[in-house]
Amino acid sequence: MTGNRRTLQISPIRNGTVIDHITAGEAFNVLRILGITGTTHEILSIATNVASGKAGKKDIVKIENRELCKEEVDRIALIAPNATINIIRDYLVFDKKGVEIPDVLYGVIRCPNPGCITNTNEPVRSRFEVTAKGLHCTYCEWYLTEDIAGHII
Amino acid sequence: MRHIISIREFEKEEIDALLDSAGTIDAGRYDRTALADRILGVLFFEPSTRTRMSFEAAMARLGGRSIDMGGVEASSVSKGETLADTIRVVSGYADAIVLRHPREGAARLAAEFSSVPVLNAGDGAGQHPSQTLIDLYTIRQAMPLDGIDVGLLGDLRYGRTAHSLAYALAEYNATIHTLAPGSLEMPQNVIEGLRDAGVEVVVHTDITEFAHTLDVMYVTRIQRERFPDTASYYAVASSYRVTPELLEGVRERMIVLHPLPRVDEIDSRVDTLPHARYFEQARNGIPIRMALLMEVMG
Ligand SMILES: [Zn+2]
Repeated sequence: MTGNRRTLQISPIRNGTVIDHITAGEAFNVLRILGITGTTHEILSIATNVASGKAGKKDIVKIENRELCKEEVDRIALIAPNATINIIRDYLVFDKKGVEIPDVLYGVIRCPNPGCITNTNEPVRSRFEVTAKGLHCTYCEWYLTEDIAGHII
Repeated sequence: MRHIISIREFEKEEIDALLDSAGTIDAGRYDRTALADRILGVLFFEPSTRTRMSFEAAMARLGGRSIDMGGVEASSVSKGETLADTIRVVSGYADAIVLRHPREGAARLAAEFSSVPVLNAGDGAGQHPSQTLIDLYTIRQAMPLDGIDVGLLGDLRYGRTAHSLAYALAEYNATIHTLAPGSLEMPQNVIEGLRDAGVEVVVHTDITEFAHTLDVMYVTRIQRERFPDTASYYAVASSYRVTPELLEGVRERMIVLHPLPRVDEIDSRVDTLPHARYFEQARNGIPIRMALLMEVMG
């Protein structure tokens, strides 16, 4: 029954990307990370707080006619570490991958330190090392430990 | 090519070697023409007359020359040129660049665009590695660096010299005692970082409770502009004042350091006591900076 309900909530796509197992409540942040706003033209299906596993919840996003690149996938990993990315071609899963947080994030995070040199018009991308203590700006040495979604460029 | 950006990039052995070479220079054993054909580009995007003079003096003592860009107002910076462009241009003129900049991370960015070594002379509330080497050198003149008890007093929230010294002392198994007035406590991430590095950090609230346990009392200035009004500044500033009375009963070898300029956090009556080493500390800027210039251009 659950399977049927889910099918009703969100229908299959022919070509594009299905992002599954997004941390519940993060679907709209995922879209923001991907640069998808109300004014862009992608055909989207979004399901939030879908039952998943034992009493768990997750979000799902389907984007038609767009295949995500590596950098986009890495960004998603920051807010939805359990997400899976399914690249769909002609209704079939052509490629399935988990998200993986890279050791270094280039141009993904805006440094929370207003005095940081990367928050100026210098020709550099921000650079953060992913450490156990948080995201570490390699320019000004600040640590970003909370509200990571709010600092994604 | 070696850039000098942050003290945290130095291994203990490298620090020891630099302090040794500063000691040799201090004793007068150095080649006065070692950098005779070299030019130091002095880029100070915010005023810091002493640091600037001390780099220029160090360069001159090694026979080298310094060039600068004049006041920031008169330079291309005021026309909106990026730091990256300024660095690319000046690294074509000079054999090394010493940079002072109001933004954190500026020195690391400069190093990425420079074709010559960059020496960080302070970037915002970020790093100031030559100051830390001066501090370590001054302590080592008084006692071995290993296993000492160091008290950090003053603005530990914004005080980069105190953070940087604490990180460097982590390599020497120091115990760090902190005393910060008001809301100027050392940031939690710095304390955690020090603890991760194996340092014992003890946070205090009253100087009289631990002054006698210290080998080094490192005092920093509180910037008046951090406070909304003069009254709240004075309330805080007087809470950790170093006086001859406070120093009664401290360890005999205990030294008082201050990166200067001081305001009134050290009573001027302390100046003549054997514990006072802040003027030596300032003088030590020359041999340390000579050693650094030799390191990158020698
Ligand atoms: Zn930063």
